[in-house]
Amino acid sequence: MNWRRATLAVAFSAPIIGLLGFGLTRDPKQIDSPLPGKAAPAFSLAVFAPGEGETALAVGDTVRLAGHAGKIVVVNFWASWCLQCRDEHRDLSTAATSYFDRGVRFVGVLYNDQESFGLRWIDEMGGQTYPSVLDPRTRTAIDYGLYGVPETFLISQDGRVAYKHIGPISERLLSYKLDSLLRDGARTP
Amino acid sequence: MTVGGVLMTAVLVAFVGVPRPGAPAPVTDGAAPPLYTAQTGTQPGAPVGIPGARDSALEATTTLLASELRCPVCQGNSIQDSPSELAQEMRNLIRDQLRAGKSPDDVRAYFVDKYGEWILLAPKPEGLNLVVYLVPFLAILVGGAVVWRTVRKWTAHNPVPPT
Repeated sequence: MNWRRATLAVAFSAPIIGLLGFGLTRDPKQIDSPLPGKAAPAFSLAVFAPGEGETALAVGDTVRLAGHAGKIVVVNFWASWCLQCRDEHRDLSTAATSYFDRGVRFVGVLYNDQESFGLRWIDEMGGQTYPSVLDPRTRTAIDYGLYGVPETFLISQDGRVAYKHIGPISERLLSYKLDSLLRDGARTP
Repeated sequence: MTVGGVLMTAVLVAFVGVPRPGAPAPVTDGAAPPLYTAQTGTQPGAPVGIPGARDSALEATTTLLASELRCPVCQGNSIQDSPSELAQEMRNLIRDQLRAGKSPDDVRAYFVDKYGEWILLAPKPEGLNLVVYLVPFLAILVGGAVVWRTVRKWTAHNPVPPT
């Protein structure tokens, strides 16, 4: 065996194989967002699904992020054609009700979809406790650097993006994140 | 052509690039004249005040910027090449921002601000990104050296008989 040639071959191929192996351990859809820590992009969007009970808003009302200053806001981008949105729907609806009294407001943003399909989907899913708004021309979605749906953004009391979640979010994770934010908010004078 | 000539041609093509028919002009920074001026909305030298010229310059810059940005919902496509609705809206947003007087650099900065540097199909040539730019040339040099050595060895073992 030509040891010199074999060493050279290993020296060249090992880093390439290592790089490819490293690539396999990473999910190409999990891309770090630059938004957490920055001021949340402002929005002003019209309600098309009112929500339920004390969280309800009238259809046609405008939801402004600025209108929720000092509160934690959960912004969830969803669509009727999104299968994973079904997985998180119940958890989001439950959390929206249970955290309302603690100053947390939930807003659903319909992404790349039609209002009628969104309303039918909410009906199929047995309702949605928090209001959902329309995002014409997906400008708010682009402002939030959206890759797809579902994506959920937690905006802290000081108006910064505290956390971004790609994919369906669970009630457990949501509660953990919201409790942390509420504790941090209570500590901040 | 000699092995050296082939190598030189390969390196030149790699550095300069072969323009595709219909491909947009390469983006240049710094001292190069701007393709689109925010104040007038026209290409340098284009007749000022003619709506057609202004629109075509705007479209050219929109296309150029859209070709540089990665479509977030596709696999390696630019937003110019993607038929997805999000890419279409991103193109519209680029056009709107340019029309509102933002410069191409402002538009690029907006998208980087929202999506990170990932959105740029060609990452900035700085820091660790330099690896992406340097490795191909290194591979060409090493590969060329191997080919050159091999050809030399062949010709040394099989000398061309005198005619």
